[in-house]
Amino acid sequence: MRGNFLSFVKKESLHILRDRRTMLVVMLIPVVLMILFGFAISTEVNNVNVAVVAPERTDGVRDAVERLAVNDYFTFKGYIESDEIDEYLRSGKATAVVVFATDYDRRATQAAAGIPTKPIIQVVVDASNVNTAGSATAYLQNILLGTASQQSMFETRMLFNPQMKSAYNFVPGIMGLIFILVCAMMTSVSIVREKEVGTMEVLLVSPVRPFKIIFAKMIPYFVISCIVLVTILLLARYLLGVPMSGGVGGIFSLSLLYLVLSLALGLLVSTIASTQVAALLVSAMVMMMPILMLSGMLFPIENLPKFFEVVSNIVPARWYIDAIRKMMIQGLPIVAVWKNCVILLGMTVVLLGVSLKKFNDRLE
Amino acid sequence: MSEVVISVRELTKCFGDFTAVDRISFDVERGEIFGFLGANGAGKTTAMRMLCGLSFPTSGSGTVAGYDIMHQGEEIKRHIGYMSQRFSLYNDLTVWENIDLFAGIYGLSKSETKQRATELLERLNFASERNTLVGSLPLGWKQKLSFAIATIHRPKVVFLDEPTGGVDPMTRRQFWELIYEAADRGTTIFVTTHYMDEAEYCTRVSIMVDGQVRALDTPARLKQQFAAETMDEVFRTLARGAKRGE
Amino acid sequence: MYTIEVDNLKKCYGEVQALDGVSFRVHHGELFGLIGPDGAGKTTLFRLLTTLIKPDSGEAKVDGLDIVADYHAIRSRVGYMPGRFSLYPDLSVEENLNFFAALFGVRVEESYELIEPIYKQIEPFRKRRAGKLSGGMKQKLALSCALIHRPSVLFLDEPTTGVDAVSRSEFWDMLAGLKERGITILVSTPYMDEASRCDRIALCNEGHILGIDTPTGIVQQFNAPLYAIRSKRTFALLEAAREQQGVVQCYPFGECHHLVATEEFDKRLFVEALGDFEDLEIEPTEPTIEDVFIKLMRR
Repeated sequence: MRGNFLSFVKKESLHILRDRRTMLVVMLIPVVLMILFGFAISTEVNNVNVAVVAPERTDGVRDAVERLAVNDYFTFKGYIESDEIDEYLRSGKATAVVVFATDYDRRATQAAAGIPTKPIIQVVVDASNVNTAGSATAYLQNILLGTASQQSMFETRMLFNPQMKSAYNFVPGIMGLIFILVCAMMTSVSIVREKEVGTMEVLLVSPVRPFKIIFAKMIPYFVISCIVLVTILLLARYLLGVPMSGGVGGIFSLSLLYLVLSLALGLLVSTIASTQVAALLVSAMVMMMPILMLSGMLFPIENLPKFFEVVSNIVPARWYIDAIRKMMIQGLPIVAVWKNCVILLGMTVVLLGVSLKKFNDRLE
Repeated sequence: MSEVVISVRELTKCFGDFTAVDRISFDVERGEIFGFLGANGAGKTTAMRMLCGLSFPTSGSGTVAGYDIMHQGEEIKRHIGYMSQRFSLYNDLTVWENIDLFAGIYGLSKSETKQRATELLERLNFASERNTLVGSLPLGWKQKLSFAIATIHRPKVVFLDEPTGGVDPMTRRQFWELIYEAADRGTTIFVTTHYMDEAEYCTRVSIMVDGQVRALDTPARLKQQFAAETMDEVFRTLARGAKRGE
Repeated sequence: MYTIEVDNLKKCYGEVQALDGVSFRVHHGELFGLIGPDGAGKTTLFRLLTTLIKPDSGEAKVDGLDIVADYHAIRSRVGYMPGRFSLYPDLSVEENLNFFAALFGVRVEESYELIEPIYKQIEPFRKRRAGKLSGGMKQKLALSCALIHRPSVLFLDEPTTGVDAVSRSEFWDMLAGLKERGITILVSTPYMDEASRCDRIALCNEGHILGIDTPTGIVQQFNAPLYAIRSKRTFALLEAAREQQGVVQCYPFGECHHLVATEEFDKRLFVEALGDFEDLEIEPTEPTIEDVFIKLMRR
């Protein structure tokens, strides 16, 4: 009977290969998303509106503001009071506000003489557009203090996005989403399709145990997911320059675990839904929404209302994305996220158990 | 001379170099039950679409209920009834809601709808079921109801697409009685089917093979002509010569 | 020796009693037909016998094996063609056949000689996607797939529904051929005219069996005078005839109406009473299975 198994896998692969459009979408989505996040967000600094807070308009201050005002990249919006900073940034009247210290001239002279000093210029910047904020502050520092300035003289405060989430911060989120899409959604739809078309009846009335057919079904989707995984990792490394200093091996192994979990989830959906449309809807409601909303992909978990923060604990993607983020971006090794691994493993075992138990070898 | 309700001359429909319907001509009179038969792929559906004003002929001409099929497709749709086995009524609406909906689609006024719906329910002995969901009715009842609804705007012609598949012999006869009754009132019935025993109920029958009408007469005369005992035999004799399809 | 034994089988779905105490036996090598409309319980019966569902009560055996206890053993012995098209439309003819062979752990060559008369008709199209086949060809492919493991019993649920007359007739010829090979066949159909192709038939309606016999035996059960009457004024004749003395039932029957009469029915009086139908014709006629069905339904 072992020869059988391969022919089931072959049949399933044929289904996938024949459905070119879906294949293309699955392979392209991650690439498109990666490119979108990598490039579409502008890194150009242009016409950045800057307001200035200066308690004393000394010669030094005026001199610095003059340099700012003549620069093509910045538009000087005038002097404001310190209690107006928030309002200016919030309303978008300014993207950055430069705050000069009270004794700016004296300390600037000290600094020029090489004496260490406390910060004399603070830049408060709207960081909701990460790239602009980053480049603008670097540029401002250059203009105001010159290239030779000391780092300590300059202080930056990010508003609205203090973690400076940037393009590659989205990579773990994309991974969490795309594997659910490929594994869970596509497997559940393909199993349910057999019910809908009526072939499930014939499969059940055969001596082959249905598990065998189901596992054969999962293999091609698992392979596709692995290809997608490699693509994402390559793009992340070479296109977006994600460091991945935590070790590719760890990222890869955890992702494989997550793939199995997604497959189990897909199987569970297929036992509940009886039409392809229902399978899609269940997948969308039960899997996509929580991933987008509760996994920390779009909104930081700690910013969620208490109730949703608790609910987010049962969303597998939350643990996966968190672990991948730590390994990929913060460069932690897999041992540092052992808790996430254990939770994901536990979820996989439970899901597999429940869905296999629920899967019936009769029609009822 | 009876009034001719459907008349087609040399009606042809091509898709690329494939001639789906090949110069068919026939007349159907008022009150006739006209059986339109053919094997799968013989061109029945394409021909019927043209008659219902849903697609334009490549060449040839025809009128349905007095309207030209080339230019007055919209008028035709308003003056015919259509019932198919696949789509007929909404299962999640009640009997009354279905009647109301289709009466609205055919542009009946509120008072007309009310009057005809009451009449219709009485004739079918359905008055007590007016608030029942259509989905919970037996198949035979659904078919009778959908025929009644397809004729609620008193069309001159009703097109029936395989109307009585899968019902028991008793219900089926009740259905044909409804059809006879409608024909008796002067409605023309145009039935497509590939079940030959259904053909025996028709006044006249046409059989399409490879896009052409190969036979057209009363069932009795067709059986005589082909020296056959049943319409099934007549059909098989004709269809065996088919080049298209299988 | 019976190949299929069904004993007082019951099954309900929610409030619907799909099968209400059905019993029958099918001999080895018999071609047994279940004739009845939609909702008669034919599909439920097939699903029970192919072990896809469990009965609420009652017992049944297929090839001597219990449908509940020995369900796994039954599955390798039966061939099943469900009512709907049950092949993979995106796979080719050949790929479908190979897959079903693999499903049952056999090689196509082993059974080729059994399926040859059927499969060779579609073999020229073996590279074509199953979804692109005509109704008759799909049916032949489905039958080939159901036979690939040389089952001893074949369950065919409405195989001829939606298929044109020529293909239907060919299909029954193929079944006759399989019967010759000793395969027991249980087949269902809503078309009464197909009953004569079976060895024995069971007339089913609303979860009950109305009668079981050979096709000729069933017809002989109709023991009342039956006439065919006709006139151009079809509908009026129907209404008028029902008013007459000695008329039990009158219903449309193709080109004419069938009139079921009592023994006291007087043909001459009838013709006189319907004097205003100048073209009235009346003659005794032989009952068909449909007449029997209608009669049994009335009971």
